Amino acid sequence: MRSMRGRLVAILLVSTGAVWLCAIAWIYWSTQAQIEQVLDARLREAAGMVNSLLTDNRIEVAVAASEATELPAGFGSGVSYARQLSCQIWSLSGDLVSRSEGAPAGELSPASDGFSETVVDGERWRVYAIANEALGVRVLVGDSVAVRDRLVADMIKGLLLPAALLVPVMALLIWLSVRQGLLPLRDLARSLRQRRAEDLRPLDHAGSPTELIPPLEALNGLFRRVEAARQRERDFTTFAAHELKTPLAGLKTQAQIALASDDRTVQSAALAQIVHGVDRTGRLVRQLLDLASVEAAEPPRQVEACDLAALTRQTVEELAAKAAQQGVAIAIAADDEAGRAAGRAEVEPFFFTLALRNVLENAVLHSPLGGTVLCSLRQTEGCAAVVIEDEGPGMDPAEIGRATERFFRGRRKAASGSGLGLSIAQLALGRTGWSLTIENRGPGLRVTLSAEPSHG
Amino acid sequence: MRVLIVEDDPILLDGLKVGLGLAGLTADAVSSCEDARAALRAERYAAVVLDLMLPDGSGLDVLADLRARKDATPVLLLTARDQVADRIVGLDAGADDYLGKPFDLDELSARIRAVVRRGNGRATGLLKWRGLSLDPASLSLTRDGKPVPLTRREFAVLRMLMEHPGSVATRASLEQALYGWQEEIESNAIEVHIHHLRAKLGPGLIETVRGVGYRLAGERP
Repeated sequence: MRSMRGRLVAILLVSTGAVWLCAIAWIYWSTQAQIEQVLDARLREAAGMVNSLLTDNRIEVAVAASEATELPAGFGSGVSYARQLSCQIWSLSGDLVSRSEGAPAGELSPASDGFSETVVDGERWRVYAIANEALGVRVLVGDSVAVRDRLVADMIKGLLLPAALLVPVMALLIWLSVRQGLLPLRDLARSLRQRRAEDLRPLDHAGSPTELIPPLEALNGLFRRVEAARQRERDFTTFAAHELKTPLAGLKTQAQIALASDDRTVQSAALAQIVHGVDRTGRLVRQLLDLASVEAAEPPRQVEACDLAALTRQTVEELAAKAAQQGVAIAIAADDEAGRAAGRAEVEPFFFTLALRNVLENAVLHSPLGGTVLCSLRQTEGCAAVVIEDEGPGMDPAEIGRATERFFRGRRKAASGSGLGLSIAQLALGRTGWSLTIENRGPGLRVTLSAEPSHG
Repeated sequence: MRVLIVEDDPILLDGLKVGLGLAGLTADAVSSCEDARAALRAERYAAVVLDLMLPDGSGLDVLADLRARKDATPVLLLTARDQVADRIVGLDAGADDYLGKPFDLDELSARIRAVVRRGNGRATGLLKWRGLSLDPASLSLTRDGKPVPLTRREFAVLRMLMEHPGSVATRASLEQALYGWQEEIESNAIEVHIHHLRAKLGPGLIETVRGVGYRLAGERP
């Protein structure tokens, strides 16, 4: 895992170091130029002084060079630099008339006037020349370039050394500042670490730095969503317990009646109620498991085209026998053009069958004795749809919106409905990108399973 | 003794009706808040067995309405929501007792008898009158220690009379307590039961108050 602190410290160190290096380079170049100027001025003055002394006949030409070099000693900041100034006096005819102590024997420069750079005996020199026509001599004053460079280098060294010593101090300061700056993050991490798993209270962001408020709000949003999901789970568990405990209470009561009564009619009525109750409870348990499995299922990544007509026929056939026992027929609408067009559709077979079965069961439960549940395939606006119509009482218009709520059973409920069928149907269809619509159709209810995704 | 059962599960509702009938109670059964309110306004019940989660609302609302009308009919809540917090809410809303599902039928009838008894201000379940001892729990009657066999209706009439000794029970109130909605009542049904009781217990015990009803004869011993 990459540390934000490490990253920040590295960035700050590198950028500070870069700024520092640039400053040193700048100082180096400007110092060098200034020193050159100062030293050049010294050369010119020294040459001018020797020349004027010669002109005024204050010194002998023969000793002028060695005496003159002692004069500008004040220019250098240290002895080692001052001694390096060399002076030669040449006759215009080309003979060496005089030279200072440190000066080389060879001619410093062939130039007769002004600055020049030469190499004498492998050493580089910066030389200033003045020709004195009256005396018939040339005065040459030179500086060793190596000495000049050493002077600049020494100055830079003097700058770099304290800088180098300060680098660790700066690094430490940067590290401490970053650590201090990131303190709110660390506090947040600590308070999150210390939280108990079930504690979903929002984090207090009063007094937090502005940069931390967006992530804090995102976290609080997550907490709210998790809390809402857990609340739904708790509600579901409570409802499921009620829905299971009630039929259990019914079974127990009927069993106790069968045990307590001596009357054969009462006994057999109670036993018949028990059989009926076990059927219903079994269906409820199956629906709860269906609901759990649909909730846990990931939506399929790719939905392939299925034979909708075949899936529908198969589901209807599975349910027809049981429906017939309850005196209800399930019919599939005669094959028409719309039905054939809707024949193939992109749908996940498991979710579709589950939804269709629950809608059909619901329709059968609400059908009157001798009623028919009609199931037809349609193609509306390019969308495949399966429509299930029953002849039951329909739904209270005010309650239609709540029909897919879990365990919701309207006023016109069937005796043995669980209030889960339409919830399962809607959830399963949603998983495969379909939608469920419920409407009254005069007498009875029309439920449409449509490939068109819901807009809600 | 007539009780109202409010429960939306048809199998349990049927079981309660039959089961409480076996325990000597007359039960009317409804399965929604609306029907329960109508029944409670129309009839006087000895007790109400009330489910909480009903299709058109919460049983607690029915209870609140009942108590708002200053109706002190004992109410026993019967529900799957039987956590302590739920019980507290129910009892604070004015319920007299609370029983979680699934329950024992005998326990339910015992608790109904208990809330009715407390409602009548009695401490013991046994009803006594001049050598007669009536036990509502076991539906048995003894006279001077010897058991007297009674039918369910005869037992119910005698219990009505023994619960309020000395005061007159009208024929209408006896009919109301004995018969549920769906039951046909013969016009002389109560007279027939009284006749049988007099035959079994001797003539001097039950007095006819002409034009009003019946009461137990003589002073309280």
